Amino acid sequence: MNVIIMGCGRVGAQLASILDGDGHKVTILDINGHSFRRLSSTFSGTALLGDGTDQETLKKAGIQDADAFVAVTEGDNRNVMAAQIAKYIFKAPKVICRIYDPLRKDVYESIGIETISPTTVFAQLLKERLLAI
Amino acid sequence: MYIVIVGGGSVGYYLCQALLKEGHEVLVLDRDSAKCERFGDEMGSVCISGDGCEVSTLSDAGVGRADVFIATTNEDEDNLVSCQVAKHKFKVPRTIARVNNPKNEEIFKKLGIDCTIGVTNLILKHIEEELPAHPLTHLLMMVEEGAELVEVRLEKNSRAINKAVKDIKVPKDSILGLLIRNGEKPKVLTTDVVLKINDRIIALTSMENEADLRKALVG
Repeated sequence: MNVIIMGCGRVGAQLASILDGDGHKVTILDINGHSFRRLSSTFSGTALLGDGTDQETLKKAGIQDADAFVAVTEGDNRNVMAAQIAKYIFKAPKVICRIYDPLRKDVYESIGIETISPTTVFAQLLKERLLAI
Repeated sequence: MYIVIVGGGSVGYYLCQALLKEGHEVLVLDRDSAKCERFGDEMGSVCISGDGCEVSTLSDAGVGRADVFIATTNEDEDNLVSCQVAKHKFKVPRTIARVNNPKNEEIFKKLGIDCTIGVTNLILKHIEEELPAHPLTHLLMMVEEGAELVEVRLEKNSRAINKAVKDIKVPKDSILGLLIRNGEKPKVLTTDVVLKINDRIIALTSMENEADLRKALVG
């Protein structure tokens, strides 16, 4: 699979390294070159400096041939904007975006953007662990 | 009308002032409570502090009954999201977004924002109008169609001078429409008209061919 990941934070870098290790073609974007230090030393994909909400950057990253686009920067709004550009303008087949704010997540789910809210997921996990004691 | 404005910067501030004067009910949202106090001193309690992208803030602000929702911050992604939340969650009939990066204007339209205001393009357009030396002025941008109406002014060294319209090679999708000469009434350009210095031509062109059109006429 050909995947573009926007945001090389802890989650983005780890996802990139795992997918790369599994043999997928990975391109990871970040507006700060310093973030790429988080990639594993064996990472063989492409690290590209640029803003994923910019169409030109997405084209450079190869969005037109990508099978999937994942937006995991720190900013909910940036993620959701990039995800919509990938899905509706470049017609990427699979688009997933992180939205911390659960209420905002509901809004975007309702208009067809696949989202994950770490807040909701983590709260649920904590609850399950607590009740398992 | 009930109008909600996100962003209490200069644009939000003066917009609020003007709309209040016209008799509208206006509410401004800004993350910065200090900015809200500035509103309070001069206009009463028209500004509440909160994130204009957050559903709970918008709910508190009564966005559900707003007639118009305007996002004026200097972050494009924030403007996009707050307008989309207002539109999809609160069914606001008209959403307007300020667009700072001209490239985003088209994206916003495609993503369902009713009206976009491209600040950079607006300023550029005014500068072009104020500088008569500029050979090409944008008159109208048709973003969705990818077309624009432009005015080209011919100068001493322009390539099209002393040429008949039929001998000028204009790019595909460009039409030389009207001729304005020496303060005469604008005339439809026919193919045998020979162009002169100070002629102004109103032309329709696709955005990507603008530079080629300029080259064909001005050089």
